[in-house]
Amino acid sequence: MSTTSIEIGLERETPAGLETEEMTLNMGPQHPSTHGVLRFVVKADGEIMRRAIPDIGYLHRSIEKISEKVGYHGFMPYTDRVDYVSAMQCNQGWAIACESLAGIEVPRRGEYCRVIACEFGRIASHLISVGATAMDIGAFTPFTHALREREKINDILEELCGARLTFNYMRIGGCAWDIPPGFIKRATAFLDAFEPLIDEYNELISFNKIYTERMGNVAPVSAELAIAWNLVGPNLRGSGVKYDVRKDEPYSVYPEFDFDVPVGEGKMGEVGDCWDRYMVRMDEMKESCKILRQALGGLPEGPVVAKVARTFKPPVGEAYVRVEGSRGDMGWFVVSDGTAFPVRTHIRTGSYSAMAIVEVLSQGLMIADLIAVIASLDIVAPEVDR
Amino acid sequence: MDAAEIHRRLRDKLGNSVLPEIKENEWPVIGVLPAAIAESCRLLRDDPETAFDCLSNLTAVDRKTDDLIDVYYHLYSYGHRHKVNLKVSCPRLDPALPTVSTIWPIGDWLEREAFDLMGVNFIGHGDLRRLLMPEDWVGHPLRKDFVEPEEYHGISTRRESLLKL
Repeated sequence: MSTTSIEIGLERETPAGLETEEMTLNMGPQHPSTHGVLRFVVKADGEIMRRAIPDIGYLHRSIEKISEKVGYHGFMPYTDRVDYVSAMQCNQGWAIACESLAGIEVPRRGEYCRVIACEFGRIASHLISVGATAMDIGAFTPFTHALREREKINDILEELCGARLTFNYMRIGGCAWDIPPGFIKRATAFLDAFEPLIDEYNELISFNKIYTERMGNVAPVSAELAIAWNLVGPNLRGSGVKYDVRKDEPYSVYPEFDFDVPVGEGKMGEVGDCWDRYMVRMDEMKESCKILRQALGGLPEGPVVAKVARTFKPPVGEAYVRVEGSRGDMGWFVVSDGTAFPVRTHIRTGSYSAMAIVEVLSQGLMIADLIAVIASLDIVAPEVDR
Repeated sequence: MDAAEIHRRLRDKLGNSVLPEIKENEWPVIGVLPAAIAESCRLLRDDPETAFDCLSNLTAVDRKTDDLIDVYYHLYSYGHRHKVNLKVSCPRLDPALPTVSTIWPIGDWLEREAFDLMGVNFIGHGDLRRLLMPEDWVGHPLRKDFVEPEEYHGISTRRESLLKL
């Protein structure tokens, strides 16, 4: 958050004797179409942006510092707030980091419950993303359709853990609660109803002429650029890189499930454009449904949580684990000195690098396209600032 | 390529700037002297056999008892699917490291964050401003000896305990 140091001086150029001025515009904090409290300082020449400089920090809640004060178990509810659109994977990232420090084995039923929770979380998050993308560029209806289904997922997750947004479902060593009676039936019924709807969404918006014109060929990111900027998850896969932490660096019980990793193919323009990033999320929802059906069908018996001491004191060491969050590869770095409080926690999130790349992507775009770019990168502001 | 081989290659090129021991871990830790960190990163990225094309994470850790600040660089190669963690220890009083933002563009923000929250100086960065905290903030909040100010622009940071009714 550094307002004053971004030079606000005007550059004057005189091509062909005409004097033009570079405009400096403020977009945000809190532009209706941006996702959370975002701010961009836009340097524009008419409608064309020279660049948009992201200014972050408005949602910095010092979550990393809090971890040093509350201990390992106590930090779990705070991880929900790192990315509140998709809190389950944050829970899982923290849990796996602590388990990796202490060498704890999670019971298989616990792992399955985690996968079920996370995949429902992923669908819910992608629904927000694709719905909001459409809304940001002017189509309101898809958002209401997406939220309708998200509410049903919230109901399912509420059955699981009693909360609809910030779940605090997982524990170091497993999950807080086993699935309630009748859960599998209701969850399967939801999937039966939801899967055909994805095709309906595609008919409604994905292949709509106006929409594809608006999203195709806008701000393409090459695979090299995406990797150098550490873009992760759907943003990376949109650029054609077939990489998913669940597949390539497997954790939990993901190797037991059969699913594909959709990548951007440039169907509506260049590979890695806004439409590709959007479409990867659409396709990923189908894959999540696939995983969910397998997990719900093969749920093993047994406990959901391992025995972990109430005062959790992992041995001295450090762990860096990555989980595939809804916004991609999420890195959890923890350093322990053998006491009940971590020395340092660092969370490297998907939106962070997505936000950083905006300054490069925005060069030469129309101001209106900035909204499409932010939406297609699925930036969630609290995750950037933590 | 396994970590021992990466370590051997680095030591061949940089000699004693790369510490002899290697800590086996999921991300094997290789210690590097502060002056050699940017060079090590560049070598690891440019060598086609290692090809670390992605800086996955950069973190600073305050080790107050040893009077050191550790900086961790988690490198990942999408081509070879291998990973390594370079670790640098610098003096707590004046931590300064050569920048890697010229090697991986994401290093720009990660270094600004480490500077903002931990006070690590990255030489050659070019735009080392605060990233998350307000521009006029004093101190580096993730340092262990950081004392939270009583107020910020007239807004108190103290609050009566909610449990004390």
